[in-house]
Amino acid sequence: MAVELLKGNVALAEAAIRAGVEAYFGYPITPQTELLEHMAKRMPELGRAFIQAESELASINMVYGAACAGARAMTSSSSPGISLMQEGFSYIAGSEVPAVVVDVMRGGPGLGNIQPSQSDYFQVTRSAGHGDYHAIVLAPASVQEAIDLMVLAFDLADKYRHLVFVVADGLLGQMMEPAELPPMRPLRSERPDWALTGARGREPRIITSLELDAPALEEVNKRLQAKLRVIEEHEQRYAEQMVEDARLVVVGYGTAGRIAQTAVKQARREGMKVGLFRPISLWPFPERRLSRLADRVDAFLVVEMNAGQMLDDVKLAAGGQVPVDFYGRMGGMVPVPEEIYQAIEGLYAKLPGSLS
Amino acid sequence: MHEEIIFAGFGGQGVLFAGQLLAYTALEEGKHVTWIPSYGPEMRGGTANCTVVVSDEPIGSPVCMHPSIAVVFNNPSLEKYEPLVKPGGLLVVNQSLMVTPPARTDLEIVLIPATEAATEMGQVRVANMILFGALLARQPIVRVETVLAVLQDKLGARKAHLHQVNKAALERGLALAHAQPVK
Repeated sequence: MAVELLKGNVALAEAAIRAGVEAYFGYPITPQTELLEHMAKRMPELGRAFIQAESELASINMVYGAACAGARAMTSSSSPGISLMQEGFSYIAGSEVPAVVVDVMRGGPGLGNIQPSQSDYFQVTRSAGHGDYHAIVLAPASVQEAIDLMVLAFDLADKYRHLVFVVADGLLGQMMEPAELPPMRPLRSERPDWALTGARGREPRIITSLELDAPALEEVNKRLQAKLRVIEEHEQRYAEQMVEDARLVVVGYGTAGRIAQTAVKQARREGMKVGLFRPISLWPFPERRLSRLADRVDAFLVVEMNAGQMLDDVKLAAGGQVPVDFYGRMGGMVPVPEEIYQAIEGLYAKLPGSLS
Repeated sequence: MHEEIIFAGFGGQGVLFAGQLLAYTALEEGKHVTWIPSYGPEMRGGTANCTVVVSDEPIGSPVCMHPSIAVVFNNPSLEKYEPLVKPGGLLVVNQSLMVTPPARTDLEIVLIPATEAATEMGQVRVANMILFGALLARQPIVRVETVLAVLQDKLGARKAHLHQVNKAALERGLALAHAQPVK
């Protein structure tokens, strides 16, 4: 395959196609509409299912249905549309069927605006719907990583029979950058052994999230929680730079993490021992590595395009060992490296033993 | 080499396309590049801008507060970006739509009557290529030959007839910029 200049939204769509998505259901919303547009063109060409549903609620329930039938299914939307899908997320998690959802986040709350944001962190990492569970959440910082994580999302969804989010923001969705798509995978030839494929010649299978008997539902929850512990054990992902000797580590994901990288490099040029920790899986949060870093750094600076949501997870991982400071922009504002640099400089000056 | 370039003007002036052409060309030459558009509810006639970062190194931030180069297609964009360009940077101005000339003395400034020149060429829409040519005259981030090869490829067979006028516009921009003394 060759390196091409690809727009984030288009790259996400084409990566899903290459990963073997068989059915896409969606409803347009800025800033992710190019993803749906690409699917509208490509899926019928390939003889796969594309439906522009009448609403986000319909989209997610179509995904639920297709997933129960054993198809690789997905939807995509942006923040307000993701809110509308909450009920479906919970049913998918409760039924333990694999599904992939892309959220290209925009400014909120409410209708907000269409500019880049990371304000859905709580929404996607906590439970993304009612009940007691977490979805797997992956957060790319470049067009190439968006492609790679899109493919991984389908594999993780299948492996754990679980709901997986790929979360980007309007900037990554709209950005063009050189990237390489993977080769087209053949569609799978057989349905999974739990899928609803018609019970002719075998015992019927039942997929449901309904269990009226409380002791039985507690057992369902225990099994679900046991699965989540396995996911926590095996699926914590992150990238880090210049943390070996760092006194201050900047923690940011997606676009904010990428912009912070430029500020961190500038701080290094100015002689400050600063590193970057970029969570790639937001759930499970890479807390094992971060708490090891907390043993030896003097402080963390969390940078997000929200009012401080991942901040909670960083504080939990730091376990009160070191101060955790925050710099964020809200409402669709994107920080530039200069302002993150100033936040680094200000915090670094306050570290124990610093002159000033 | 690490340049942060802002192209800004009205929607419909080919602002985003000029940036994309630079991005495709930079990729063709093996450079690292990012292209981000302003995107909003505006349509033709509204404001449009894009930021292109071209570098020999992998690119961290695709956004910047102080671009090293600004190519401004109209007066509101001139007013907005003139104060933001890095000291020592380059400001390419569409003189045809300029109201007040830029005042900064710490920038390399090139004034190009792009809309007039494009109209003379019988195709007002190629003003973007004239300004892009002027940019390349003063800051050869990519080679003109590569731009023309990429342009031919991107126009494809259906729009092949537009290659000649775009090529002529790019060359006109180069000539107009070269004819001006470097300040």
